[in-house]
Amino acid sequence: MNWQAILAIYRFEMARTWRTIWQSIVSPVISTSLYFVVFGTAIGSRISEVEGVAYGAFIVPGLIMLSVITQSIANAGFGIYFPKFIGTIYELLSAPISFLEIVIGYVGAAATKSAMIGLIILATAYLFVPMQIQHPVWMLVFLALTCLSFSLFGFIIGIWAKNFEQLQLVPLLIVTPLVFLGGAFYSSSMLPPVWQTITLFNPVVYLISGFRWAFFGLADVSLGLSLLAILGFTGACLGVIWWIFRTGWRIKS
Amino acid sequence: MAPMISVRDVRKTFDDGLDALKGVSLDIEKGEILALLGPNGAGKTTLISIICGISTMTSGQISVGGHDVVNDYRAARRLIGVVPQEINLEPFERVRNTVRLSRGLFGLPRNDAFIEEVLRKLSLWDKRDAQILALSGGMKRRVLIAKALSHEPRVLFLDEPTAGVDVELRKDMWQIVRDLQAAGVTIILTTHYIEEAEAIADRVGVISKGEILLVEKTGALMRRMGRKEMIIELQQPVSEIPEALAKYDLGPGPDANSLVYRYVSVPGQRPGITSLLTDISAAGLVLRDVQTRQSSLEDIFVDLVRENAV
Ligand SMILES: Nc1ncnc2c1ncn2[C@@H]1O[C@H](COP(=O)(O)OP(=O)(O)O)[C@@H](O)[C@H]1O
Ligand SMILES: [Mg+2]
Repeated sequence: MNWQAILAIYRFEMARTWRTIWQSIVSPVISTSLYFVVFGTAIGSRISEVEGVAYGAFIVPGLIMLSVITQSIANAGFGIYFPKFIGTIYELLSAPISFLEIVIGYVGAAATKSAMIGLIILATAYLFVPMQIQHPVWMLVFLALTCLSFSLFGFIIGIWAKNFEQLQLVPLLIVTPLVFLGGAFYSSSMLPPVWQTITLFNPVVYLISGFRWAFFGLADVSLGLSLLAILGFTGACLGVIWWIFRTGWRIKS
Repeated sequence: MAPMISVRDVRKTFDDGLDALKGVSLDIEKGEILALLGPNGAGKTTLISIICGISTMTSGQISVGGHDVVNDYRAARRLIGVVPQEINLEPFERVRNTVRLSRGLFGLPRNDAFIEEVLRKLSLWDKRDAQILALSGGMKRRVLIAKALSHEPRVLFLDEPTAGVDVELRKDMWQIVRDLQAAGVTIILTTHYIEEAEAIADRVGVISKGEILLVEKTGALMRRMGRKEMIIELQQPVSEIPEALAKYDLGPGPDANSLVYRYVSVPGQRPGITSLLTDISAAGLVLRDVQTRQSSLEDIFVDLVRENAV
């Protein structure tokens, strides 16, 4: 392993984050606060609590997931798309590094940034609602796995995309709806039975459920299923990346 | 001695079916400067990209420093620095940072003193904290060179380094190339400026339509292919070439008072200049001046490509 090279990519990508640190922090804080005002206050005044948890607190895990998932895809996708777009990818391809090392560097940096944002949102949430996290270690495990898997997914999108529209298409058209419909703002038990069944085909449901369980001990699906879902998703992304690595698809002509 | 770079029967067919390289073989010796000459689309960039790992080959074998570029890519690439034809740089990045990144990518520990030396040599030290987008085109090219040198390569590829570059940078660049050669670095460059290849390269490889037409020592190539022209200025206008001179390859010159004599300069064979001049006098013509001109690599090249096209 060329650790020096991985570190060089990681540092270089993180430097981009530090340069734009205020945008990186301020925008998620503001949008989270807005969600709290709109969902927490407006809806919370009608739904006071869900399964014994104050509604304001109930939506926190979902809000964090929403941001972490979109940020991971955006960061990793942009991270690898940009060198392709401006041509600096020649340098990665001609360096004595393997594709795996490139992935670790880019995905590691993207996942770090979205984990930071997740924690910042959590801290912001504390300002609005008092909460007790029941399983903090599991909370961190879910957060880390989500950042990792969706950064891998974003990396794939970044390689696949041939233009900026495509880069934004998948997050916008597929991921955001899946997250919104994934129980970020409600418990699936609040839905009619037919929709509860349909919901089970949405992979994001398992993530949010597991993450919420770590907070409050409440889950729509079992913890094992949640873990299986996220590990399966990570495995699938790794598989696709391995295939890209074998074929040089859309990176080497 | 084993060649520094060995290219064996390399073929490249792009996805759209275009055969960019049709079985290229080439050996490049350690420490030499090889100029690759060829018209646009000849396959120069494709060949360089394949050697460096930027592109894949359809078939063939390449080794650099004895290391196969596919199976032993780490060892091979560690030796190689590449300055691409296009200015591929991140606009918002700062000069020193991006050069540091290049060094890091090659797995070398940070060495600010060395980076400073490289930046100074390229007159970039004053601009070390400038953003790339604030630099002129020539400066950007210097940054590309600095990046390639940042990891102390033993082989340097320069893909059309002088295209669109100011005189000063061109001068600096050739100085750097000579210094690197003195330090034992092998250099492969492609250029449109044929006089420069002639001046700087030890050997010249001519490539056209994905095939290497020839690789030869620059001097030998000039001698072998070097057609010469002698322009003969006379005191009086010559409307037609006198009978007595018909056996010579004479043609009309640049103006009415002159003739052009074309001959091939082959070692050990007399070019027939003395007898021509004697015969001119005998024909009653009075000489005013004589000058000779050696054909440039460009002329040679044009001939070669034409031959190849037939
Ligand atoms: N990615 C690509 N896909 C398809 N054709 C390509 C690609 N890159 C280069 N070519 C074609 O391959 C040929 C050789 O190109 P190139 O190596 O860039 O030539 P040179 O550098 O000698 O000007 C050209 O006909 C070019 O159009
Ligand atoms: Mg080219």
